[in-house]
Parts: sequence; C-alpha cells; structure tokens
Amino acid sequence: MREIIRNLIRLLLFLFIEVFVLHKMPHLHRFISPSLYFLFLLWLPFSVSPRFLLWIGLATGLVIDYFLQSPGLHASACLWLCFLRPFLIGVLAPRESSEFNYREPSPQSLLWAPYLIYVTILTLVHHTWLTFLEWLSFGSFGDFLIKVFASTAISLLMIIPIELLFPRSLRFRTNVGG
Amino acid sequence: MRNVILFIGRYLTFFTFLFLQIVSLWFLYSFNQFHQARFSQTANELTGAVNKRYKNFENFFLQGEENRRLHRVNDSLLNLLSQQVATTDTSSRLVTDTLLIDSTRQYRRYFFRPASVVFNSTSSEKNYIQLDRGSLHGITENMSVLNADGSAVGIVVHVSPHFAQVMSLLHVRQKVNVSLQQTGDFGTLEWDGKDPGLLLLKGLPKSVPVKMGDPVVASKYSYNFPPGYPVGTIAEIIIDKSTNFYLLKVKPAARFNNLQYVFVVENLQYAEQTTLDQETRKKIEDAKRSSR
Repeated sequence: MREIIRNLIRLLLFLFIEVFVLHKMPHLHRFISPSLYFLFLLWLPFSVSPRFLLWIGLATGLVIDYFLQSPGLHASACLWLCFLRPFLIGVLAPRESSEFNYREPSPQSLLWAPYLIYVTILTLVHHTWLTFLEWLSFGSFGDFLIKVFASTAISLLMIIPIELLFPRSLRFRTNVGG
Repeated sequence: MRNVILFIGRYLTFFTFLFLQIVSLWFLYSFNQFHQARFSQTANELTGAVNKRYKNFENFFLQGEENRRLHRVNDSLLNLLSQQVATTDTSSRLVTDTLLIDSTRQYRRYFFRPASVVFNSTSSEKNYIQLDRGSLHGITENMSVLNADGSAVGIVVHVSPHFAQVMSLLHVRQKVNVSLQQTGDFGTLEWDGKDPGLLLLKGLPKSVPVKMGDPVVASKYSYNFPPGYPVGTIAEIIIDKSTNFYLLKVKPAARFNNLQYVFVVENLQYAEQTTLDQETRKKIEDAKRSSR
C-alpha cells in the first residue's frame, strides 16, 4: 500500500515537472527537447510483473499525451520502454543481491556502471521512438539523428544529478516489518 | 489448437505489448491529420481544468508585462475616439437618392471576444494553444486569434463546451494569407518548425520592393484574420536565383512565449464567403464535366 502511494506521488511530481516546467520553459534549441517523466517507469519496483508494467506504461504515456496534446505519441514510446525493461534488468542485475534485497532499480541496487547502462539504453529507446514517430510526419533524416542524440544527452544530464542529489533510501526486504 | 494456445500463453507478455502498441499507434493516427487537436472532449475538459488552475497561479507573476501591453492598446484606442478628430469640412451635403439599398449603411464584419490562454507551447513542431472559452461562449472553429496588442496568434481548430484549441502560427501545417503593409502585395506565411522566432513568408514576387524591417500585416484576402492587424516584420531576405519569388523570414509581432489575454475574432461573413467559394468551384467543375 505504501509502495503504491509512493509511486503515485512520484507520478504526479514527474507529470508536473514534465508539463509545467520542461514543456513551459523557453525553447533551448530546435534539436533539444528535454524530457524526464519516463524516470518514473525506470524507478518502478522489481516486483511489478512484466505484463502489468505494460499497462502502467500505457497509462503514464496517455496521461502525458493528453496534457501535451499528442494522443498516443508518448504512450507508444513508454510501451517500448516497459517492454524492454525486464530484459535489461535480467541481463544487468546480479540476481541474488539486487532483486531480493532491494525494492527498485537504483545506483545502489544495480551498482553505478550497470545502472547507467540501464538508464542510457532505455532513454535512448524512448527518444528514438518518440523522434521517429515525429519524423515520419515531418523532417529530414539528419535532423532525426541529431535530435535523438541531443535529447538523450540532455535527459541523461538531468537524470544523473537527480540520482546524486536524491539517493532513494535503501530498503532491505526482510521478514521483520517493512 | 492446443499448441497454439500454449504458444500464445508462453508469449503473452509479448502479445500484450503488441496489442497495446497497436492501440497507442491507432490513437496517434486515427485522428484527422489536419485537425490533430481533435481528441476526446472529456480529456480536453479535464486537462483544461488543471491548466486553468496553474494559469491562475502563474498570472500573479506576470501582471506587470500584461499591464504594459494593455496600456499600449488603450493608448491606440484613445486615438480612435471621435473626440480626437475635428471636422473642418463644412461643404458636405446630404444627397438622398431613391435606391432601395443604402450604400452608406455600415455593417459589422468582425466580432471580437476576449479570452485568456490556459495552455501554450512553443517547443514542439506542432504547437497548440488552449483558451478558456468554448462553444458555450460562442467560439467556433476557424475563428482567428489575436494577441492583446492586436498581433496575429493563430486559428481556432477545435472547441469543447468550455475550452477551445488554437493552432498557433508556430505549427508546420499553418498557412496564413498575409500582405506587406506598404505595397499590399500578398504571400503565404508558413513555419518550418525550426526557430520559433522566425516565420517564413513565401510567394511574394521579386518585382515587389522589400526592405528589412518592413511590417507584414494580415491580408485583405484572408477569410479568418481581420485585415491590417500586425503579423510581424521582415527579419531576413533570402534571394533564391532559381525562382521568381522571395523567401522572406519574418519576426513575429506576437511574443508566443508569454501569451496571456487574447481576442478571438469572428468573421461574420465567413460561412457565406466559404460556401460561395466552394459552390463556385463545384459549379465550374460540373460544367466542365458535362461539356465533355
């Protein structure tokens, strides 16, 4: 129950930042559109089943979409992210130590290097798909590539300080309380 | 059959993914391409309510700028008062003729309604603006939107009972008929989705003299915009040797980043003009077809 409330508050916070801060602030450059809300999906607990994860991804994407007035765009990118997440965690996480001792992916539970790979790959997937869908209706291929890498870079540039500034408390899942 | 069910059961996650992906892409592409602002009215009302609350909060910090703009408008309106104009001509006389239609009778062509902006963006290639006035307040599609100081902002593309969606000039599908203030020659204003500080003016022949800083205004031939309202100023002149037309970059007069109060302008003859246009085309096309 506490877990659900914690994640809901997180979702509202990310939604607020995405719609009213990142989307409101003056345009940095035509290639750079920073985005942060998908961190909510990256931070979801290990215990969420892959199928339920997909539904959460669709819901999150649609909520963002209705605020940014592009129904289906972010939802589609979120689905890719949620589909690939379990595979990446399977590859990167040392099974005994992380999934059973920690609640959710974090630099502490996966260790810094694998966690950065995890975040970088999923951010890249998210931005590639998002930009690809936009590019289908408008733009050139060179623009597409530059935009993907620039947006990924600026997003990572925001995610890493966030991880350093707000380390999520390490909760060990034990039999006693919790 | 059993094997098929087993197969689906084994890859259920993958099939869920596939199904949801199709659903979201269907969401994305099932809408009318031109009016992509069309989506469920419920969602529009909900996000509108949240956006309105945020805007109320934000307005508190932006009142100084708005005051200055309103002051400018008041200033220009004061100049139009009849008290400011003295009549010196005393030789005029009233001529009564017997025509049934009085050619001096005035009729109203444009109707202005005030509205405030509750959502706005400039960072996308397709920017929409949301206003807090909807069909209940008499807003309909194809009305034009002017900023508080009269500069062109966009065209209403969709309405719900309490809110309206406006396609901003910063939208890659937007096309507005504009003209040069000095000469009256007209062209089409577009946007290439690159720099929100520069719009493109196309279709102006090279025979027309153009200088940097020339004002560009809404054309007399526009169905949506009232003529003569400022759109922007010429910021860059690109001469393309391969065509007879200029490619001009225009700095927009409206500052899209801090729109707050706008006017929604209704062209009261819009329906008549567009119907006549369509019927004419149809009539000519039909005549061509039957003569063959």
